[in-house]
This record gives sequence, C-alpha cells and structure tokens, in this order.
Amino acid sequence: MKQEYFTVKSIAGPLFYVEKTQNVSYGEIATVRLPSGEERLGQVLEVNEDVVLLQLFAGTSGANLNNSRVKFLGKGLELPVSKDIQGRIFDGLGRPIDGAPEVIPERKLDINGLAMNPYARSYPDEFIETGISAIDAMNTLVRGQKLPIFSGSGLPHNQLAAQIARQAKVRGKGEEFCVVFAAMGITFEEAEYFKNDFQKTGAIERAVMFLNLADDPAIERLATPRMALTAAEYLAYEKDFHVLVIMTNMTNYAEALREVSAARKEIPGRRGYPGYMYTDLATIYERAGRIKNKKGSITQIPILTMPNDDKTHPIPDLTGYITEGQIIISRELEHNNVYPPIDVLPSLSRLKQKGIGEGKTREDHSAVTSQLFAAYARGKQAKELAIILGEAALSDVDKSFSKFADEYEKKYVSQGEYIDRSIEESLDLAWELLRMLPKEELKRVKEEHIRKYMK
Amino acid sequence: MDIKGTAVISKSGRIKRISGPVIVAEGLEGVQMNEVVRVGKAKLIGEVVELAGKDVSIQVYEETSGLRPGEEVESSGSPLSVELGPGLIGSIYDGIQRPLDIVMKKSGNFIKRGIAVYGLPKDKKWSFRPSVKKGDAVKPGNVIGSVKETAIIEHKIMVPPGVEGIVHEISSGEFTVEEEVAVITGADGSKTGIRMYTKWPVRLKRPYNRKFSPVEPLISGQRVIDTFFPIAKGGVACIPGPFGSGKTVVQQQLAKWTDADVVVYIGCGERGNEMTDVLQEFPELEDPYSGEPLIKRTVLIANTSNMPVAAREASIYTGTTIAEYFRDMGYKVALMADSTSRWAEALREMSGRLEEMPGEEGYPAYLASRVAEFYERGGRVECLGGGREGSLSIIGAVSPPGGDLSDPVVKNTLRVVKVFWGLDDDLSSQRHFPAIHWLRSYSLYLDNINDYCAANIGKDFTDIRNTAMSILQKEESLQEIVRLVGEESLSDRDRQVMDTAKMIREDFLQQHAFDPDETYTPIGQQYRMLKSIINFYDTAVSAIEEGSRFENITILSVREKIARMKYITKDRMGEFDDIDREIKQQIKGTKDGSDNR
Ligand SMILES: Nc1ncnc2c1ncn2[C@@H]1O[C@H](COP(=O)(O)OP(=O)(O)O)[C@@H](O)[C@H]1O
Ligand SMILES: [Mg+2]
Repeated sequence: MKQEYFTVKSIAGPLFYVEKTQNVSYGEIATVRLPSGEERLGQVLEVNEDVVLLQLFAGTSGANLNNSRVKFLGKGLELPVSKDIQGRIFDGLGRPIDGAPEVIPERKLDINGLAMNPYARSYPDEFIETGISAIDAMNTLVRGQKLPIFSGSGLPHNQLAAQIARQAKVRGKGEEFCVVFAAMGITFEEAEYFKNDFQKTGAIERAVMFLNLADDPAIERLATPRMALTAAEYLAYEKDFHVLVIMTNMTNYAEALREVSAARKEIPGRRGYPGYMYTDLATIYERAGRIKNKKGSITQIPILTMPNDDKTHPIPDLTGYITEGQIIISRELEHNNVYPPIDVLPSLSRLKQKGIGEGKTREDHSAVTSQLFAAYARGKQAKELAIILGEAALSDVDKSFSKFADEYEKKYVSQGEYIDRSIEESLDLAWELLRMLPKEELKRVKEEHIRKYMK
Repeated sequence: MDIKGTAVISKSGRIKRISGPVIVAEGLEGVQMNEVVRVGKAKLIGEVVELAGKDVSIQVYEETSGLRPGEEVESSGSPLSVELGPGLIGSIYDGIQRPLDIVMKKSGNFIKRGIAVYGLPKDKKWSFRPSVKKGDAVKPGNVIGSVKETAIIEHKIMVPPGVEGIVHEISSGEFTVEEEVAVITGADGSKTGIRMYTKWPVRLKRPYNRKFSPVEPLISGQRVIDTFFPIAKGGVACIPGPFGSGKTVVQQQLAKWTDADVVVYIGCGERGNEMTDVLQEFPELEDPYSGEPLIKRTVLIANTSNMPVAAREASIYTGTTIAEYFRDMGYKVALMADSTSRWAEALREMSGRLEEMPGEEGYPAYLASRVAEFYERGGRVECLGGGREGSLSIIGAVSPPGGDLSDPVVKNTLRVVKVFWGLDDDLSSQRHFPAIHWLRSYSLYLDNINDYCAANIGKDFTDIRNTAMSILQKEESLQEIVRLVGEESLSDRDRQVMDTAKMIREDFLQQHAFDPDETYTPIGQQYRMLKSIINFYDTAVSAIEEGSRFENITILSVREKIARMKYITKDRMGEFDDIDREIKQQIKGTKDGSDNR
C-alpha cells in the first residue's frame, strides 16, 4: 500500500504544496482524493527534503487543506499502448472516452519519451504530395518534417489541416499515413469537424485521437501532445507506420504553460511566458523525424493561432525557431476569397531542398518556384507602389509584375478545399503564369527549361 | 580519475532538493566550484555551480525525473573537462563530449541516462612519429611528435602546460592514447610520462604566448561576406536574425567552404535534423583546398533543443576548448556556434533555478561578461612553446525573440564582436539569400586585412568594394524619391545607379547555397565579378554623360553574361576579360544610337 498524506500545506492556482513527504521522486505522478471523493491526477514539479510541489491537471477547485489526501504513485505519466489504440478516442490524459473498454496494454510508455540521438536520425527527404500548390510547389512538405500552420482566429486552418490529412501521399508508394490527432482546448465543434472528416475518408479506422476540449481542465493540456506523440512513436517505430500528427491548438498549450509558471511565481519571460518555453516546446516538436534503421516516420502539423496575427508573439516565434518552417495563413487573402489563404512569402519549408528535383518531383521544380517567389515579391512591391502613386506611374514591366501577382493569388494559391493537384499540374501551372512576364525578366530559370516547359 | 569513467570517489553527499535541471545536495563539504559529480542511483553527470554554506547547487546534464531526496551524490575531485588528443576529428559529441555514435551503440536510437563513455577512443592505435630526441630540452607547448590523424590533419603532440625539462625517453610507433610516448625529467629530477592526450577544464581558456591583431581574411566563398563584410582569421563575428532568415545556412556554408584548417561546429540547442544534415553531407563533400572529405577537418558538437538544457550551457565551452587545442598546434581554426542565444537561455534557466537576482529580461547579471569571455577566446596568437602561430575565429549565431535587436544577448554580443552580419526578414521572405543586409551589416576588419587583399587579391579590391557600397547606399536614397514621385523623375544617371545597384544585389550579393555551381565562389572570381559590374557602371555613366540614353544601355546583351558570371570557374578566368571588352564595345555602340542587342 502506498502511503497517503494528509499534509497539504497550501494551495495556489493549480498547485499543491504537500509537507512531511518521504521518498517522493521528481516528475512522478500522484493522485489527490478531494473531500467530495473525487480523485484527480497531479505531477511533481519540485521536491525538497520534506515538501513536494504538485501540479494538479484538473485544477484545485473543491480541494481543501485538511481533507485532501495525496498518494504518490512512484512513476511518471504513462500511456498504455497496443495496436488496438488505433481507431480509439482518448481524453487529454489518455483515458478512453469513446465508450469502448480500456486498451489492454502491450506496454506502458512514459509520455515524456527520450531525446532522439541526432546520430540515429535520417534526414527527411521524401516528398509528400498534399495536392496543394502553395505547399507542394512553394513550401514543400517531406516525410518526417515538423511544419506548423501559423494562423489567426477565424481563419480556415482546420480545413487546411484536414485537407492535408485527406490528400497527403508519398508518390509511387502505396503507404498511407495514419493520423494521430491531439486537441488542446479547441471547441467540441472543431473536434467534431476533424472526426467527421476522418470518418468520411475512412482514416478514422487507423487514427488515434486525444481530445482535451475547451471546457476540459487547462493544465491537462500539458500532457496531451506528449500522449499523442507517445502513441505516434509507438506506431512509427514499433509498428512501421508513417504517422501524421496534427496538434491543435498549440496556443492553448502555451497558455497552460504560462498559467503554471505564474502560479509558481517564476520570473516571467517575454509577455509572461516562462523562459523555458523554448525548451519545453522543443521536447514536443523535436519528436518528429525519421530514424535510420526504422521504417516508420513521424510528420507533425502543429496548428497555432497567432495572437493579433503577430508572427513575433512568443508562441509563433519560439515555434518557428524550432520547427522546420511554417505555413502562414493570411487574413488579407482570406478576405479576397483565396482558399487556402497561404501567404507563400513568409511561409517556408526548410526541408524543401532535399525533397525536390529530378527523381523526386521534377528537374525544374527548384528554379521555377524560385522564379515564382521572386516574381510574386516584385509584383507585390509594384502593387504597393501603385497604391501610392497610381497605376500609371508604374513602368510597363512593373505593370506586368503587378498583374502577375494578382493572377498568382487567384489561380495558383487559390484552388479550393477538394482540389487535389499533382505536382506536375502545379509546376505546369507555374510556367503558364510566368508567360505573363517579359522573358528577359526570367533570370532564375534555365533557357532549356523555358523551352521545355513553357508551352 | 575520469569525468565519465568510474571515478575515484573522494566525497559523497545526499540530495536535498530537485527542481528541474538543478539539484541541491548536502554533505559535500570541501567540494569545489565546477567540480563534476555523479547524481543519484542513475549516476547522472552534474557540475557544481554554487556553494552556499552546507548547500551545494548542482546543474545536472541529464534529465532529472525520478531522482529522490536522500539519493547519493558523489564528487569526482576534478572539474568538467574534455579529453584532447587524436580521435577528435570527425567525431560528433554531445555537450559534455560523449561521442553520440558510441552513445547510440550503448543506448539505441534514443539517449538514455547515466551513460559513461570516453571522449576519445582508448583502444585505437595511432602511429606516433617523434620530432624530439633524447636529451632535448622541452617546455610547455613544445611539439614532441605527431600523429597523422586524418589525410588533412597532422595531430601535434605537445608538452602539456606545467611540464618542463629534458626528454628522457621518446618512442616511435603504434600507440593508444593511454600509453606513454615520452618521459620528461624535470629540473628536480622528477619524471613525467607524456601520453598522446590530455584533459583540460572546459571553462578555463588554454594558454598561449601572446595575441596579435588579425591580418588575413578568413575566406568563405560567400560573396557578400568575403567582399563586403569579411571576417579575419582570428576574428569574431555574429549573425543575428529572426527564425528562417538564414543563420544556420550561413554557418553551415562557412563550415563547408572556409579556408580554415580545422572547423568546430557547435549545434547548441537547435534542430536535430540540422546536425544530421551535416553528418550526412560532410563525409561526401570535398574540401576545396585539400580535395579530401570535409569531415576530415571537422569536429561536431550537438546538443539539440530537446537534449538537457544544462549540457547546452556546457557545449559552448566543450567546443571552444577543442578549438583552442587545435589552435595551439598552429592551425587556423574556425568555430561556429548555432545558436549562442540558446546557450544564454540555458544560463538564464540555471540562474532562475538558483534564485539569483535577475537582470534584463531575466538573464543573469553576468551575461555580459560570459558573452565577452566566450568571444575573447578567439584571436590570432603565438602558440605556447613559441615558433608557431595559430588562430581561432569565432562566429556566433544569435536568435533574438521576434528578431528584435534590442535583445540583451544581441546587445552584449555587439559590444564584443567586430563583424555584424545583420539578417533581414524582408529579404529572406523575398528569397534574397543570403539575407545579409548590405546597409546594416559591418566589418571592422577591413583595415586590418587591407594590405593582404591588395597584395593577394587585387590592388583595387578595396576601391571596387567601396564604390559598390556607395552605389548601394545611393540606391537607398533614390528609392525614397521613387516611392514619393515615381521613377520618371530620376535623371538617366540616377537610373543607372539604380540599375547597377540591382545588378550588384541580384548578380553578386545573392548566392544560392544549394546550387552546387554557385555555393562557393573563390575570392579571385569574386573580385573579377564585382570589377566587371563596376566597369559596366563607370563605362555606362561616362556614356550617359556623352549623350547615350539609359534605355539603350538596359538592353545590352552583355548584361546577360554579367548575370552568369557567377558560374565562371577558375580555369575560365579569361571570360572576365571578354566580358570587360564587350562592355566597352557595347556601351560605346549606344553613343551612336545603334542598338546592340
Ligand atoms: N544562402 C541561401 N541560399 C538558399 N537558400 C537559403 C540560403 N540561406 C537561407 N536559405 C533558405 O532559408 C531557410 C532558412 O534558413 P536557416 O539558415 O535555417 O534560418 P535560421 O537559422 O535563421 O532560422 C533555409 O531552409 C533555406 O531554404
Ligand atoms: Mg537556425
């Protein structure tokens, strides 16, 4: 029998201070039985000789000092895994909520995992065709990448993520992705949207969902992405699956982190987020990847909403510093009825280079998209100039660039939620659009490619 | 006694408190600052960072989950050190010099805790060739022999600091690093055995005779760097910028193409895949100077963002000490640290856990001095023992929150470095790479290396560069006018300035790192490229003054050749002469109104 402590000294926010403890280890899990009889899970954040600081996942409301009983379980948070987790829905702490029985575990895994040895990694370089031109051609996703969507409230990031999940494939291989979905603080409706979409495509059979919704305990969110990634690692490295992990919304996750930090009275970093948020997020995002001697892979699509659409806010900022690029959703494009409203210029895929080109996509891929970037950037500048000075002040060349920018948004970026373009279609369309520009301005593409592809 | 092997236990205490990567122990009276300790049953590696009465604060280099108060803490008696000797080159280490390939053999794809491994291979035999003989007098830093460590690196075995006397015995042949290759008799008759490796505490800079000002450029093959904002051999530079602006690519380009003898690359708190990239590429890529694979001159330190934060703090020192060691052999060493911000954040996190008084943005008050100390370890020196000159160039990436240059790490770095490569988010989103902003960046080594450049690159190298800079500067003010009143208002001469600036930006400053034909431009070609552009400009301006129309100059076919100059290889240098000739002819043609398409 584990010892029970009645020695709660103080309660602050989600935190419990328990006195006269013995032999408690850092990071272990405890259960707290409230006066009402309800039992809640907590995690040890700090251990002193005889005082333990405990964080309660479901908050401390209803707890009191005299009648709350604490029991330490001697282990960290774990996820029971077996192949049967596929097709199942769990809460944010990994407990089934789909009415079906508990998973009979093959093993129980510590949700914090261990750091992957960089020496064991294999550099991701397999092109994933999402069927979306603004991604495939411009900001290419590869298997094992972590590529977040930076969005704003009210923008169609969920549609985009669902479309990626629906359409993503590695060409020439029959292998399909299995989806692991982590919801942190999103609404019931948003979660249903994903569930329905997975159901429609049949992906639900192989999917694993972890749902911490808006009205679920906020602190629980700190565990949810780790639950999901533990499931993903199990499926990828033990069962050879290619796993696509969608995590939404990382902004809510970061808020929970801030809440705990504030309750601990830690010195706040920028905008109140703790100084260790970079490291904390890295222990989530770095769990994407490929391993040399393993078949499976983990590709991550985290979604976050940028407070005030500000890319320099600590949540997108620290994320961008860790992930391998970002897909940025633009409110302006959304207003212009462009779907997906991806702003390709500040978007980036850091792993594009090794995933494209002859044998992977097409020989002209790098050059033609580099030309699109340059032309679109110049076209946008010309448009800005035209706003100040009037269209007439533009040179003929600038006028053609300005027109190009409009067409590029309308015909290239915009494609619709159920349109699945092959990479060849995306590249051909690129050449077609480039015909709008004077040929001598096409400095980034080779003469022979112009002859071959510009029909 | 060894930091990672089984230590001779000198003292042992017990854990009192655990808070993330910092623990407090008691019962370790007499333990020293920076001493290495083994923590708990798992024997996690830690370092003493604070002594306060009976309480000893320890930063632990591994994940501390599962530790309990009361578990044992053993002190080792020695400070955090690295092993220096043959076997360093081509290695990939974690922040405390554990070889990650061996760690993988021991613990699989994921790094488990408490793994004890040596920094150097202890069973490998190296062929030692002596360069002193019995009876020779030697002092610290003198070379007593060498080992051909790789096709590029002759690993010099030096008399360690503190040892001096007469060579009593000297061997030749195959030895492991543990075996003695020489015995030195001191003045007092004491005998000291010399092995091929030594240990050195990472936080202590290695001694040298004296420091000089740098005089030679460190050539990187990156045009915007070498020609516009050069760093000197023995110089220090920083490259701050927001995420995605190109810090890592620049650092990796330097690691690949710089004309240093040895490169130490520290991935400090950044992405795992970036280290994997280097690991996969460097054995394949050829060093342009020796023709050998790049890995044969490279040492990698990888403490990625998901690895323990305390080891991130140590990784900078581990890398710097290894770099200094090769400098001491008389090599030109270049060290890249990506990113120093992660190191500073690790300092901040430790400091917070120690409940120290926070300074700006929560960073400890000693941030400024730590940053200065780090860059001060760079420099051009006369090596200990004399007769050799070595240099250590340091290039640090800085990752300020939101790209904001008022960040304390940036500010403190700018106070000590002499080169600033300022990355610009607008340029990178337009895919102008490297996104080093030409008007905001600077190098304070231009004067130092002036003589070298005039003698070795071209007499007018500096003039050409300065002319190009002034054209770029002028463009900025002209652009202001264009934004207000449109391009028509400019004179032909000004339009020529704008046009040339565009040429400099697009055909010279931009350089595609991933295009094998362009990733590296030797300095000789850089010089000729810019010279031709300036030649075009000068000739065009005179022609305009003599009545040529700007429009006719913009359509000359030689411009296409200028745009392709970056592909001219060393064996086709004559093409630059052809281009210069065509520039003269074609622009001359514009004067008689004929159009020279
Ligand atoms: N010189 C370059 N040539 C081509 N692409 C570049 C260059 N520099 C940067 N890039 C592009 O920018 C991306 C981000 O660069 P990186 O160095 O990783 O940024 P940071 O380290 O500042 O976050 C790269 O993945 C690459 O696509
Ligand atoms: Mg980087």
